[in-house]
Amino acid sequence: MMINGIGVSPGIAIGKAHLLKKQEAALSGVVLLNNADVVAETAKFNNAVALSVQEVEAMISNYDQSQGKEGLEILETHIELLSDPQISEDVTGKISKEKKNANDALIEVIADAVQLFKNMDDEYLSARAADVQDIGDRLLRNLNASTPTSFASYEADTIIIAEDLTPSDTISMDTTLVVGFSTQVGGRTSHAAIIARSRGIPAIVGCGATLMDIKDEDLLILDGQSGDIIINPDRETVEQYRIKQENWLKQSNLLRSLKDTPATTTDGLNVKLLANIGDANDMEQAIGFGAEGSGLLRTELLFMGRDTLPGEDEQFEFYKAVALKAKGKPVIVRTLDIGGDKQLPYFNFPAEQNPFLGYRAIRICLDRPDIFIVQLKAILRASTFGQLKIMFPMISNIQEVRAAKVILQQAKDELTKAGISYDKNIPVGIMIEIPSAAITADLLAKGVDFFSIGTNDLCQYTLAVDRMNEQIKDLYDPYNPGVLRLIAYVIEQGHKNNIEVGMCGELASDPKATLLLLGMGLTEFSMSATAIPEIKNIIINSSSTTAKQVHKRVMEMDSSASITAYLQEVTT
Amino acid sequence: MITKDYIITAAEGMHARPATNLVKLTKNYSSLINLKKGDRTVKLSSLINILSLGIKGGETISIIIDGEDETSAIIAIDAFFEEELKHL
Repeated sequence: MMINGIGVSPGIAIGKAHLLKKQEAALSGVVLLNNADVVAETAKFNNAVALSVQEVEAMISNYDQSQGKEGLEILETHIELLSDPQISEDVTGKISKEKKNANDALIEVIADAVQLFKNMDDEYLSARAADVQDIGDRLLRNLNASTPTSFASYEADTIIIAEDLTPSDTISMDTTLVVGFSTQVGGRTSHAAIIARSRGIPAIVGCGATLMDIKDEDLLILDGQSGDIIINPDRETVEQYRIKQENWLKQSNLLRSLKDTPATTTDGLNVKLLANIGDANDMEQAIGFGAEGSGLLRTELLFMGRDTLPGEDEQFEFYKAVALKAKGKPVIVRTLDIGGDKQLPYFNFPAEQNPFLGYRAIRICLDRPDIFIVQLKAILRASTFGQLKIMFPMISNIQEVRAAKVILQQAKDELTKAGISYDKNIPVGIMIEIPSAAITADLLAKGVDFFSIGTNDLCQYTLAVDRMNEQIKDLYDPYNPGVLRLIAYVIEQGHKNNIEVGMCGELASDPKATLLLLGMGLTEFSMSATAIPEIKNIIINSSSTTAKQVHKRVMEMDSSASITAYLQEVTT
Repeated sequence: MITKDYIITAAEGMHARPATNLVKLTKNYSSLINLKKGDRTVKLSSLINILSLGIKGGETISIIIDGEDETSAIIAIDAFFEEELKHL
């Protein structure tokens, strides 16, 4: 039998099913008859609290710090929730005044608290309902227990099957024993999916109710790539998947071992693989994956989650930290790209009908040079600590480039006057993400030192498709011949004018696109760090002559379906 | 009794992590410490109660402390709001 879900973390897992069943919270309707019962039930509840706190404390002391501090913070919050005096007061109140037993009192109190959180209009707080439910389940389980349940009591090669994984389930999962998991609900960004990817174990989510047809001890095969779960397979199938598993492990080890191999094609063309980063930590991690610098430093992080604009010194420290971590490798700093869907609480954005077509990025910066110049000065000051480049986003014409450069010159003049040093020849480039910029790449190339193609927005604007709109998401397609022609033209014009051309959109990390982009002449790919080894493996096994042929063939095709099918074929 | 008002500067309001730390902090003092937002007053020892107020960025809350060690408690709470809520 086979079940299909969404594969969210690649790899093959073969193991025994372990069902995490949610305890059915059933009210008993018991009415306590006398005071002795009240005392006994109150003691039972207090005992459950003590055991539960012990369990979570054990999880905290066994917590593996390398898994990030988020898990630890969640567990500490759970300790406070478990020993929360309000919950305790409400439960014991129901026991003594309403003569309910501990079980019923607890179920009712937790249900109320969960509802309270679910009803909150704040998305973050309403998500805390999961934490309250989590501690409620733990308390309930411990009502009739005498010792704390030891966490992660799994056998080797366990595959967890659950309706959903609670925060504490995922945190306590011992990935030396648990080889994979699957849930009924969830999507790519669910808590469980993120944990699975970060720990490198296969996972499949969103399987629906049929997942619960699986029984404890069933032999399972999980294919985290395709999203297939095979239940009690025959020996032949198991053998097949063992081979697949071995190949996959070999592949992922190979990719890791490529870290220090230069990305050079078989015929000697050097390609630069760079990382898209958000801060200095990302830069450090990216170098671990073999990144030769950063093709996109998003500076929004610095501006979000606070109540005032960051000052020049604070920004300077941020860029300086990134430059230092890059250890002399190039870093392209994209100037402020807010607006659209990215709002700042301390900055008044006008209400807009089409935020993506509205007041955002360079448009705001040119309108508010007082904000823009602070950032430019901070980047310039940091440029003496590494190899920084400046990139303007959302450019639609050459006039915007010139206006931005005037402000940049002013920033330089101010620093010179103050006797502060900076890289006087700092390269200045632009994002190519608006169709008008792509079509006038010949004109723009004369005014800048480099281009970086942002395929996500370029695709959205070229095809007139809102990429957040689920209904039309199939139309959002970077392999549309129109989009591909624009990309090829930008690369061609960049090279004709002797400027560097890179790509920092999602297409740069799509293995299907690597050969095609190489064939178009692209030699700078910037992507999330984890994607680098896979792309590198394609490059070192390809020749630029083949890539050019692939490009030529693709340009003869009239549909993205045939293009992607063809690219799939030549890539594997 | 000491009463003091604070404006929550963090844009995201009072989230679980700082609230957890605040609850932990108040456990060090024997004084009764309450938190008041609008017309609702809750004990600061209960994380559920603090979170249930749904305190948002820019809102004003009052801390009311009553007990023997109230003066040292308010110093610690002052420091908490100064530092902790800045760095969410």
